[in-house]
Amino acid sequence: MKVAVCVKQIPDPADPGELNLETKTLKRDVKLILDESDSYGVEMALQLVGDEGEVVLVSMVPNNERNGLNNALAMGADSAVLVSDEALAGSDALGTAKVLAAAIKRVAPDLVLTATESSDGYTGTVPEQIAELLELPSVTFAKEVNISDGNVSVRRQTEDGYDEVSCPLPALVSVTAGVVEPRYPSFKGIMAAKSKPVEELTISDLGIESSHVGWVGSGQEIVSIEPAPKREAGEVIEDEGDAHERILSFLEELKVI
Amino acid sequence: MGTIWVHAETKNGEVSTITLELLTKARELGEVVAVHAGSDAEAAALQLGAYGASRVLSTGDLDGGLIGPALASALSGVIGEEAPQAILFGTTYGGRDVAGRLSVKLDAPVITNIVDLVDEDGLTGVEPVFGGTTNVRTRFTGEKVGIFLVRPKSFVAESAGGDSAAVSMIAVPDLGNTGAAKVHNQFVEESDGPKLDEASIVVSGGRGLGEAEKYHLIEDLAKRLGGAAGASRAIVDAGWVPYSYQVGQTGKVVKPDVYIAAGISGATQHMVGMKGSKTIIAINKDSEAPIFSIADLGIVGDVHKVLPALLEALGES
Repeated sequence: MKVAVCVKQIPDPADPGELNLETKTLKRDVKLILDESDSYGVEMALQLVGDEGEVVLVSMVPNNERNGLNNALAMGADSAVLVSDEALAGSDALGTAKVLAAAIKRVAPDLVLTATESSDGYTGTVPEQIAELLELPSVTFAKEVNISDGNVSVRRQTEDGYDEVSCPLPALVSVTAGVVEPRYPSFKGIMAAKSKPVEELTISDLGIESSHVGWVGSGQEIVSIEPAPKREAGEVIEDEGDAHERILSFLEELKVI
Repeated sequence: MGTIWVHAETKNGEVSTITLELLTKARELGEVVAVHAGSDAEAAALQLGAYGASRVLSTGDLDGGLIGPALASALSGVIGEEAPQAILFGTTYGGRDVAGRLSVKLDAPVITNIVDLVDEDGLTGVEPVFGGTTNVRTRFTGEKVGIFLVRPKSFVAESAGGDSAAVSMIAVPDLGNTGAAKVHNQFVEESDGPKLDEASIVVSGGRGLGEAEKYHLIEDLAKRLGGAAGASRAIVDAGWVPYSYQVGQTGKVVKPDVYIAAGISGATQHMVGMKGSKTIIAINKDSEAPIFSIADLGIVGDVHKVLPALLEALGES
C-alpha cells in the first residue's frame, strides 16, 4: 500500500508575519516549517501503512525550501516529491491543486491524505479540488480512518455528529487535526531523513504551463488591504482571590444571571 | 442585476441558519436561486421563498452519495443556461466540498473565508486576516462565474416574506469513480445545551487549563450559565476535545452575547472566530496575553482558582 500525503511548508503561525504590500500576499521569505495541520496526515499515513507500505510526501514551493519536508521525513515518511518553481509564487488554491494533482499522479498512490486546510491560507478547498482533478472519490473531515480489503472507511465530521462513509481505493481523505498524535522525530529519524530520496521537479516536468499557476494563473486579485475596525480593551484586574466576584457582578450587569 | 445562486443546506426540510444568512444578502445583489441536494426541497421551498429565493434547483435524493461531486456535477450541467453571476456557499463541511469540486468543473477560482460582499466593479469579497486586524478585499479577474465561500454569522438572516420558491429538478450525471463514496450510517452526538454557534453564551477553554481532565470546568460553567462549551485550536490539536468544539479561523465562528475565554492566550487563529462577540470576558495567567486587548473584562489570574470559585459562587446563587 502506498499513501501520498500532501504537506505544506508555511511561515511559523506563532509569528504571524505580514503582507507584502506590493504583491498583496503573505511574506514567505522567512524560515518555513511543516504546517502542524499536515503532521496529522503524516502520522495517520505512517500508522495505516505499518511495516509494509510506503509513505510519499508531496509538496510545492517557489524556492526549493526543504525544512518542513525534512521534518516529515524524519517522522518516518519514505520519500518526497517536491515541486519547486519560481513560477509558483502567488498561486491560488486551484493552481495549487493542479500542481499537487499532477505530482500525485506520478506517485500513483492507493490513498491520498491531506489536512482539511492549511494554517496560513485557510482556503480549505484544495483537497476536493485535487480529488476532482484526479477523478477520485473523496471523504473530507475524517476523524477516524481504517483500510481493509481495498476500501477506506471513515468517520466524517458533520455539524451535529459524524457519518460513517466508505469508498473503494484509490481515494482521497482529508484529516481533521487532533485525531492522532503526531510522533516527534527521533534522533535516528532525523539522521535517516538526510539520505531519503527527494525528487525535485519543475512545473514543466509536470507538463503545466506557467500561465496556469502563480500570480498570472490565479483568477482573482486583491483590490485593497485595510485595517479592520478595532475592538477596545476594557477593564483588566489582577485576581487576588476575589476575581470571581467581579465576574459575577459583571454577568449580573449583563443580565446573564 | 444578474442571478445569484445560493447553496441551500437543509435537514428534514429545515433550512440551515447559514443558508438563511446567505439568502438575505443575496437578495440585495440580484435574483436569488437556491441550489440544493437532498430529498426535502419541496419541504424547504416555503422557507427558502420567504428569505428571497424565487426558485430552487434540486438534485433530489442522493441515495447515500456525498453532496460534493453530485451537486457540483449537476450544477455544471445547467450553468450554461442558468448563467448565474455568482455562487455563494457557506463555509460548512458540505459547502466546501461542493465549492471545491465545482471550481475544477468550471476551472473557476474560489474566494474563501469572506465576511462581506460588496459590488465594486464586480462582486468583491472581504476577508479578515491576522486575527481580524486587517481586511483584504478580493475580486475575480476573469469572465468565469465567481464562487464565494462565506463564513457563518457574516450576515443577519431576515425574512422578506416572499412566496414559496418553485422547485425544479436538475439531473446528476453519471459520476463514475468520483461518486463512489457512500454514507452508511449517521450518528448524532447528543449534547444537552445549545449548539456552539447558536448559543448566546459561550465558555471556551485553552491550553491554560493544563490538562484534558480540567476541561470539565469549562463544561460545568457553560452548563451553569445555559451556554455552550468551546475550545481553542491548541487543545483540539492536542486531542482533549473533538474538532467540533473548536472556535476560530478553522472551526466555528461564534457571536454570542457573552464569550468567556479561560486559559486562552488569544492566538490570531482564535480571535477571528470570536471577536464579533458582544461582550468578552477573559481569564489568563499572563497579563501580556493578546486576548486582553479585546476583552471587556480581563482577569489576570489562574483559571484553576478563578473557575472553581466562580462555579461555587454560582452554585449558591
